[in-house]
Amino acid sequence: MSIVSELVDSRELVLNLVRREVKGKYKATALGQLWSLANPLTAMVIYTVVFAFIIRIQPEPGDPSGVDVFAVWLLCALLPWTFFTNVANGGMIAFVGNENLVKKVYFPRIALVVSNSIAWLYTWAIEMLVLLVVLLVIGANPLPWIPLVLVAMAFMWLFTTGISMMLSIANVYFRDTHHIMTVVLQLMFYLTPIVYPVSLVAEQSDRIGPLFGSVTVLDLYQLNPIGHFVEVFRNLLYDNRWPDLSTSMACVAWGVGTFAVGYWIFKRHEKGLAEAL
Amino acid sequence: MSTPAVVVDDVSKKFRIYHERNQSLKSAVMRRRLSVHEDFWALKNVSLEVPASSTFALVGDNGSGKSTLLKCLAKILYPNSGKITTHGRMAALLEVGSGFHPELSGRENIYLNASILGMTRKEVERKFDEIVAFSGVEEFIDQPVKNYSSGMYVRLGFSVAINVDPEVLLVDEVLAVGDAAFQEKCAEKFAQFRREGRTVVVVSHSLGQLRNMSDHAVWLEHGQLKEVGPADVVIEKYLDSTRAGIRATEDGKVRWGSGEAVVDTVEVLDRNREQFDRVVPAGSQVVIRVRFTANERISNPVFAISLESADGTQLWTGNTREERLIVGSVEGSGAAELILDSLPLAPGEYTLTSTVYDETMQHVFDEVRGVARLNVGRGILTTSAGYLGMNTAWALTNENTQRIAQ
Repeated sequence: MSIVSELVDSRELVLNLVRREVKGKYKATALGQLWSLANPLTAMVIYTVVFAFIIRIQPEPGDPSGVDVFAVWLLCALLPWTFFTNVANGGMIAFVGNENLVKKVYFPRIALVVSNSIAWLYTWAIEMLVLLVVLLVIGANPLPWIPLVLVAMAFMWLFTTGISMMLSIANVYFRDTHHIMTVVLQLMFYLTPIVYPVSLVAEQSDRIGPLFGSVTVLDLYQLNPIGHFVEVFRNLLYDNRWPDLSTSMACVAWGVGTFAVGYWIFKRHEKGLAEAL
Repeated sequence: MSTPAVVVDDVSKKFRIYHERNQSLKSAVMRRRLSVHEDFWALKNVSLEVPASSTFALVGDNGSGKSTLLKCLAKILYPNSGKITTHGRMAALLEVGSGFHPELSGRENIYLNASILGMTRKEVERKFDEIVAFSGVEEFIDQPVKNYSSGMYVRLGFSVAINVDPEVLLVDEVLAVGDAAFQEKCAEKFAQFRREGRTVVVVSHSLGQLRNMSDHAVWLEHGQLKEVGPADVVIEKYLDSTRAGIRATEDGKVRWGSGEAVVDTVEVLDRNREQFDRVVPAGSQVVIRVRFTANERISNPVFAISLESADGTQLWTGNTREERLIVGSVEGSGAAELILDSLPLAPGEYTLTSTVYDETMQHVFDEVRGVARLNVGRGILTTSAGYLGMNTAWALTNENTQRIAQ
């Protein structure tokens, strides 16, 4: 496959760019990489206060783990989501922010996009490690599920990188993309079961009944691919059980499919980049 | 003849000139279209071959498409039609230091920049010391590059780029970076490149420099190929096209200039101001006399003479301003004499070009190319090949020399 050989050929470039992203981000700050934890932690505190104490959303305790801590339950979905938004936002400025480089030097363009999503994968992995420790402390048993979590992360990475490839190109030709995505991402956040469980949506869906034919609100709701991913992460980490086969398959399909489409779009437009910038 | 380093086959490149480009949603919806544009052909049906191991110059006016062609060669832009084939690893020096991350140290940036330019980690490690030494920023190599002066920044970028070790190097106007000492180093590096038989494609407006360093050239005009061939011929023709008032004299010499003062004749005389008998012996004292006529009163004109070999290489140029000779005001006819103590040339044929400039040397009153011929014959100087004749003596030392002599 051409994508594989392309990435293998430019692996050193990708690694160096990842290094640039990771090292450059927190250079000259006292806390360094620790800052990457600040954002998810703040979000966790805010959402816990608002949704667990004020609105009183009560997700089911982990089954079979028996864990019942809203903040941790939240984090299991919030961390993948943060990864997604970071990669999407970074991908959008991959070319626009490196205009000089693209216009003056030839190198495999895809390296800029891929290195962005690998850099954020690194950050995400650190966050997940912290989460893992917290899960162990509160009595869950996530250790046997680590290999599956890694597989799920891999597919999430494929999906996100695919989106990022599309956005990187789109933003060059159409600068509104950035602003549209701000709105879309905000919308998606609440359309994804992060701060509330899917069961609440299912309840409402049953109350309303089928919308047209046999299509229910829940069916439409489940068109959101990120919903499947966070479901899988919650099953593995918080509940400590196998995710549904259908949900897992959806993740695999979305991951591979989005990546393939993203790559195809990228290849079609990459040659015009220097000109369009 | 070996395979050419680069083959450009019928390449055309179209740009869109947008009268209104709707990069935002609102305007796209309002006007129901993405853009209003006009096509502009930056390159049209350009075909050429860059011979391997040559230094190939691209010349032309601004907007003639030479930078576009270079970018197409560098695979930054892609032609709309036609094909470009390159043999060997290529590196482009279109801008130096792009891709440096200001927060990272010089060391980290070398690795980053080198990998952008296509070097592997091993290669960088092998060349690291050379790169640092060439840039001259050793002391600051572990400092973030944001603290570098702009000169250091550019020098470091250039050092990385030039150490990529390409078989084909593309250069766009970046020869003029850094201070004089650094430029010297760069010139030396390019000379080394050429000696090693690498191919260099260069775009520059400094035609003097191009003429000295390149052997082939192509002249582009409005995106089309105007002339391709030996560098001196093409560059001369290009220069001619840029000069106003160019005309040929009766005996076929080329002259141009505004004509307030004109060169009448140039004579090569011996020390007694007499004509030489057929040839000028190498090493003899020579007086070059320029007879001129000023058609109006001109203050402080500058007289210049340049010497070219028969193959068109410029050997020497000198003028009166350089020697701080204040000519004063001239009107009517007169003569300027250049006195050479010992003519340092190898036997052969040379031509002289004479120019009269205004005080600033920005304006040419008259220039006559090949105004006089200089036939150098055997003299007191030694030469077995080359342009120069020198006063030389050999001496030999070897531990066995004496024993053999005994």
